[in-house]
Amino acid sequence: MFDLAAAFSSAIALIAGLDAELFAIVRLSLGVSLAAVAIAAVIGLPLGAFLALARFPGREVVLVALNALMGLPPVVVGLAVYVLLSRAGPLGSFGLLFTPGAMVIAQAVLVTPIIAALGRQLVADLWEAYGEQLRSLGAPRLRVIGTLLWDGRHSLITVLLAGFGRAAAEVGAVMIVGGNIKGLTRTMTTAISLETSKGDLAMALGLGMILLAVVAAVNGAAFAAGAWARRVSG
Amino acid sequence: MISILPLELRGLGYSAGGRRLLSGVTAPRRAGLRTIVLGPNGAGKSLLLRLCNGLIQPTEGDVRWSGGLDEADLRRRQAMVFQRPVLLRRSALGNIRYVLSLRGVARRLRQDLAEEALDRFGLGELARRPARVLSGGERQRLALARAWAVRPEVLFLDEPTSALDPAATLAVEIAVHDFHANGTKIVMTTHDLGQARRLADEVLFLSRGRLVEHGPAAGFFQAPATAQARAFLAGELMC
Repeated sequence: MFDLAAAFSSAIALIAGLDAELFAIVRLSLGVSLAAVAIAAVIGLPLGAFLALARFPGREVVLVALNALMGLPPVVVGLAVYVLLSRAGPLGSFGLLFTPGAMVIAQAVLVTPIIAALGRQLVADLWEAYGEQLRSLGAPRLRVIGTLLWDGRHSLITVLLAGFGRAAAEVGAVMIVGGNIKGLTRTMTTAISLETSKGDLAMALGLGMILLAVVAAVNGAAFAAGAWARRVSG
Repeated sequence: MISILPLELRGLGYSAGGRRLLSGVTAPRRAGLRTIVLGPNGAGKSLLLRLCNGLIQPTEGDVRWSGGLDEADLRRRQAMVFQRPVLLRRSALGNIRYVLSLRGVARRLRQDLAEEALDRFGLGELARRPARVLSGGERQRLALARAWAVRPEVLFLDEPTSALDPAATLAVEIAVHDFHANGTKIVMTTHDLGQARRLADEVLFLSRGRLVEHGPAAGFFQAPATAQARAFLAGELMC
């Protein structure tokens, strides 16, 4: 039975009851997604900036491929990471399958193309405006990458949030590589999926509301940080 | 230190999209003199500066500097002030420290050099202010301070005052004078004939992508040799 009021009350009961299991789930979800975004940023931003500035044969193909990868289906990524990390797989010896580490890897794979593609566009636009001046100042190419990323930092927050949104919202990849193990790899989205299949829609909706609130809080914090930074550095 | 001057332009030209935007510019650019590049819109003045500064590669002829330095080293000896300077999203001081670090100035020296440059252009009070919130005149002074900090042998200025009010324009002209007094070669474009008269030691007059006249400023302004230059100085509409 679909009952919004019941969903609300179960959400409130979960939060008010300071449910330890719930907080563990929220913490894991946030931790995995933020770690994935951090890894994706470290790889994706320099990669995007490089693609914005470099000219080489086949560059267009790479750009199209990168943009296409933004639409990677999470279950496919999950499956690929599962195969790599499974005991018989090439990375099986690390024993990462069904751990939060595996979930971070899978989400980083999902998020990196988003951050690289959006970051590339941002840096390309900045280069349009800055290129002549920076070349006249004598900035070497490698230095330019860092300079442009730093100057675009306010807009980059939005790029990182797009990546975070993707990571926090997806269920397919973490389900496959994490296994939705209670107390170990159960995240908000896998818990919602589980409660739904168990028929406890009120609980599932309650968890959904909490997930939305967590995502909204992260976005709000990023917005506030960006507004503050703009005031300070113009 | 070996000078990169004199600079020699030999048959310099540039074509794009099937159009010859500049061709056959041959002129020695001696050290010490303030060169003002004049000409109507589209004559190729900005293009000439960009070719000299190495921002654009010529399609004919070449820009020949003395001293036999490679491209990166040549760039270090030059500075360019654009009509609308691009300032980085950091403080006024940070913008100057940035270019000092590009030029390989030791970290401990950067702060003092940057502050000295800001003070010289009356920006000492604004050192911590974000460069992006400065007024048009302050931004242009910051661009000049940024150029000053690197002690260029040659300073290119592309219409540096065309977006500024008279007070800010005067500040730029004083700055040009200071650079010149410190031994920096000046190459500047302007639309302001009064300014050209005040600042020029020699004039390059371009029209339709060609160097039409080239000589001492006094001679050019008093007795231009060509009909085009006469018409330009008389303020006739040219195309």
